[in-house]
Amino acid sequence: MRPLCYVPLVLGYLSRRLAWAVVLLFGITLAVFLVVHLSGDPTALYVGPEGTRQDYEIVRAALGFDRPLAEQYGRFLVRAVQGDFGRSLRHQQPTLPLVLTRFPATLKLALAAMALAVAVALPLGILSALRRNSPLDTVAMTLALAGQCMPTFWLGILLILVFAVQLRWVPVYGGEGLASLALPALTLGVWAMARTARITRSSMLEVLPQDFLRTARAKGIAERHVILRHALRNGAIPIVTAIGLELGNLLGGAVITEAVFAYPGVGRLAVEAVVNKDVPLLQAVVFSVAASLILLNGVIDVLYMLLDPRVRLA
Amino acid sequence: MPSGRRTRALIGSPGAGLGLAAVALVALCALSPGLLAPADPNEQRLLARFTPPIARTADGEFTVLGTDQLGRDILSRVIHGARTSVLIGMSAVLLAGSVGTSLGLTAGIRGGVADQLIMRLADMQFAFPFILLAITIIGVLGPSIRNIILVVGLSSWATYARVVRAETLAVRERTYVDAARSLGMSLPRIVVRHILPNVSASLIVVATFGVAGAILTEAGLSFLGLGVPLAIPSWGGMLAEGRQFVDTRYWLALSPGVALFVTVMAINLIGDALRDALDPYLQTRGTVDRF
Repeated sequence: MRPLCYVPLVLGYLSRRLAWAVVLLFGITLAVFLVVHLSGDPTALYVGPEGTRQDYEIVRAALGFDRPLAEQYGRFLVRAVQGDFGRSLRHQQPTLPLVLTRFPATLKLALAAMALAVAVALPLGILSALRRNSPLDTVAMTLALAGQCMPTFWLGILLILVFAVQLRWVPVYGGEGLASLALPALTLGVWAMARTARITRSSMLEVLPQDFLRTARAKGIAERHVILRHALRNGAIPIVTAIGLELGNLLGGAVITEAVFAYPGVGRLAVEAVVNKDVPLLQAVVFSVAASLILLNGVIDVLYMLLDPRVRLA
Repeated sequence: MPSGRRTRALIGSPGAGLGLAAVALVALCALSPGLLAPADPNEQRLLARFTPPIARTADGEFTVLGTDQLGRDILSRVIHGARTSVLIGMSAVLLAGSVGTSLGLTAGIRGGVADQLIMRLADMQFAFPFILLAITIIGVLGPSIRNIILVVGLSSWATYARVVRAETLAVRERTYVDAARSLGMSLPRIVVRHILPNVSASLIVVATFGVAGAILTEAGLSFLGLGVPLAIPSWGGMLAEGRQFVDTRYWLALSPGVALFVTVMAINLIGDALRDALDPYLQTRGTVDRF
């Protein structure tokens, strides 16, 4: 098929994905709205236990909570589309800019965790597959299983204990540059590292017995090239997919890591919003993170489509 | 695989054996913490504050895992914490499994609009960042054991629904289902007699990993201060308290962390062995949910 023939297929695929993204975003606004409104009296959440009856009535009328639920959702949706989730009750400023200023820190953390995970997991997974059932394979896969069972928050505490308290290599909390990022990125990345190592191993195990590798070896190609250029390239699709999905998980899962290390990201902002009962801020955080995950999944889908022609033609 | 060989495969695996032993110990702690714990988990003895492990407190009592900032016995709190974890883990999985199985069966059997609707709902669930959903709901409803079970249970139904739907789609085309239908058997009876028994193997495997995931989630929420109320001993809550003293009193955070890690690891080892014994085709499904 000539490249130009792909265009309608690609456009069709992209428009389907875009439509689905819009439906998802709509669903997320509905879920956020329902959680806040159906769990009881939203006005009480805004006013807090110290508020008087008069405060209650003023807030109820000002925020439109005395209107029918469908009308309230309509107004919420219109404001959400304009990026207006109201003002933070604690910070007394618009919520969305507040969330967006924290986003780069979380993104930096997630990317650092992912880079660390891939840098360790790929070689480990490949070596495990090449030396299947050897002591190295057993140790690597046991470590990977342990990494997947390790509670993030406990790992974070242990790393602080060893590297910050005992060895004093990095600051306990805060700090600047790589030192401040090292422990949070390692804590957040261990799960992705373990999972990517296991997927790399199983993917390579599927590719390694195949005939084209025997042919490559018969042609006299160096073993290193056989593995990296032929085997890894053919086993890469599940690995790339897993890495993409993991990046989404890391963005969403940074909440705990940020809480352990007092890291100034979106996750910590979310926990602060919950603790302070700051409903508008919480809505903005949830919507922003969900929207960025949907965007990320869309980018992964497009990359996947570019990598694998079968997706394009499906 | 015949059931005898399945059992041998399960018990014969060294990992599963270790896992079963550890899970049995945790179950024992959960069932009768009062019998095993050397002290009341909430008894505060200010004279005994911050006693390190394997030492005597200032008031003369021997402590195995030490005491915390309020002089409470850490071993007793870890043993009682097992009850919280097991209760929430099992209840959340029961809830998620019931909801997910019902929806998965409906989607698989009915097909059409019901299938589309349920599966798109599942997709939506997967697209939503789980931990954010959990803290949002807990933030609004307030932290309690019931709310955590609700949140964890209702946030993980989609995995069960997907697995059950896929299995149902395969099973409903089998000749014995056709035969039952042509003999005039009612749909609920076909589901109970023919479909459910055939999807149960996958369901048991997913549920095993689900318990580990739910235990980790509960601990994570408690660690954030959004889980079990502080008066009830929980491993996550103990870790959150221990974190404040990590630079000088490491043992506060060490024991609950080990208990949590060993429990999750043990359940996963059993899950891996069950997967191999019951359903070798489930190899690609992951272990616990991340946390």
